[in-house]
Amino acid sequence: MDTFTLTDYEVTALQLSLKVAFTAVIVSLPAGIGCAWLLARGRFWGKSLLDGLVHLPLVLPPVVIGYLLLVMMGRQGVIGAYLYDWFGITFGFSWRGAVLAVAVVAFPLMVRAIRLALENVDPKLEQAARTLGASPVKVFLTITLPLMLPGILTGTVLAFARALGEFGATITFVSNIPGETQTIPLAMFSFIETPGAEAEAARLCVIAIMIALLSLMIAEWLARAARKRVGH
Amino acid sequence: MLALNFVKQLGQTRLDVDLRLPASGIIAIFGRSGAGKTSFINIVSGLSKPDEGHIAFGEHVLCDTWQGIHLPPEKRRIGYVFQDARLFPHYTVKGNLLYGNHGKPDPELFSEVVQLLDISHLLTRYPASLSGGEKQRVAIGRALLSKPDMLLMDEPLASLDLPRKQELMPYLESLAKSVSIPVLYVSHSLDEILRLADHMVVLDQGKVIGNGALTDVWASSVMRPWLSAREQSSVLQLKVTEHHPSYPLTQLCIGPDLPLWVSRVRRPAGDMVRVRIHANDISVTRIKPVQTSIRNVLPVTVEGIEPHQYHADIVVIRLAIGTSILTANITPWAADELNLQVGDKLYAQIKGVSLSQQDLA
Repeated sequence: MDTFTLTDYEVTALQLSLKVAFTAVIVSLPAGIGCAWLLARGRFWGKSLLDGLVHLPLVLPPVVIGYLLLVMMGRQGVIGAYLYDWFGITFGFSWRGAVLAVAVVAFPLMVRAIRLALENVDPKLEQAARTLGASPVKVFLTITLPLMLPGILTGTVLAFARALGEFGATITFVSNIPGETQTIPLAMFSFIETPGAEAEAARLCVIAIMIALLSLMIAEWLARAARKRVGH
Repeated sequence: MLALNFVKQLGQTRLDVDLRLPASGIIAIFGRSGAGKTSFINIVSGLSKPDEGHIAFGEHVLCDTWQGIHLPPEKRRIGYVFQDARLFPHYTVKGNLLYGNHGKPDPELFSEVVQLLDISHLLTRYPASLSGGEKQRVAIGRALLSKPDMLLMDEPLASLDLPRKQELMPYLESLAKSVSIPVLYVSHSLDEILRLADHMVVLDQGKVIGNGALTDVWASSVMRPWLSAREQSSVLQLKVTEHHPSYPLTQLCIGPDLPLWVSRVRRPAGDMVRVRIHANDISVTRIKPVQTSIRNVLPVTVEGIEPHQYHADIVVIRLAIGTSILTANITPWAADELNLQVGDKLYAQIKGVSLSQQDLA
């Protein structure tokens, strides 16, 4: 076996990891921005409850999240049953379920970073834009969103990195199926469980470190470019 | 005409306004800090909502709480220049200038405004690299380019240091001459107001205590508390009649056969200029002086005599000349010795006249 060539098994796990993490981040980004908006700017009853719910996955054991997802979103779950009946969508034992699990776990990190960025946008600039004839939607798209961009990038990358590393909720909710739900951490777990596969586990460990490091570096570079554009 | 009638509770102060303002010219909103000036124009702009009230610009109703009308700021066509410029940091100067254009820039207006404010060399720069005065000029241009029906300016000079103020002032003066829309100019600086405004509203603790042409409000007793004895003055709007053939002097006309000589004004005959005459620079005499160094000796009628509110050593006399009123400070001793009475015909000797609106030509 060539040390520097990835095996098919590793390629499959790596591709699945990236696919799950990317999809989870992209799908949850609009919700993350919406949630951050509500928490930073909203004034409504139950705001602290929403704040608590959003942050819950940060402090709950991942296995609890996986269990709750199984109960709620599984094929026979409280919500999952309807989703299957009405739309034919099922999360159980599929990569879509892995996406859901990692999205839930990574969500608080994303919301925190975006919320912080939003709180740093000066509402006085938004007022100025209104007096120049811009509707609230135009103000959001041309002033608020661009000024939040560094924070959105930071939040996205943090969430992406967390999604790549997710283990507990994924294995509980959608099990460990090679090619379907077996991301790098899960594949590594399988090797550790298997006697005599220490070398394979070590290789996956190196791959995990490399993609994590690479994504953090890209994040830093993007955020710096965005900050420069925003003029900080 | 701009009709404003509203109330709003601001902490301890109750802002209570009922005003009719002209639909052109620079309208100064004057008052000390905390008088409600900024809240006043925020309500006009739509950024804040009155507790109840009616605001209309001509036929265009901007706000009427009884009919449930409250147009959002973007629908009011009112430009706003904030004290702190508020340029968008992620747009270039040009991007900022065009923001209010909805993607339909008017090249003619654009070059006119850029020229008026002298910002053509800044267009590609970002706001972070501009000085305070430059930022404020861009902010003014940005508001003008949104083609507003009215312009609000909230102390545009207040956050600048003195050299920057002096740098920006000429731009404001040329703006004042060139705009056709009404400008509500909030300020607590009488100097700025004298140089720019035509009309003046005085706010004190949320109430309007003075409203009218600047020269009238200035001549009324409303302004007394704001002026020290040294600053007590009359402001007159006068017509240029002729220039002296051999001396650098210009003759202004206070009334028929009432010439006032001031240092040379570079304006053609017929133009109006604003002058300020300090009350300490006027003395009075019963007999027309002869062979005096003072050039301006004019017949006046005493219209009022009253001791100064805060200074026991000053008697303020109001002197009618033509259609104008001059204020003079004299000592109580002089007032007693001359036995001044309302209706007396006197001669006012005017030692100094300052021009409060610079000739820009």
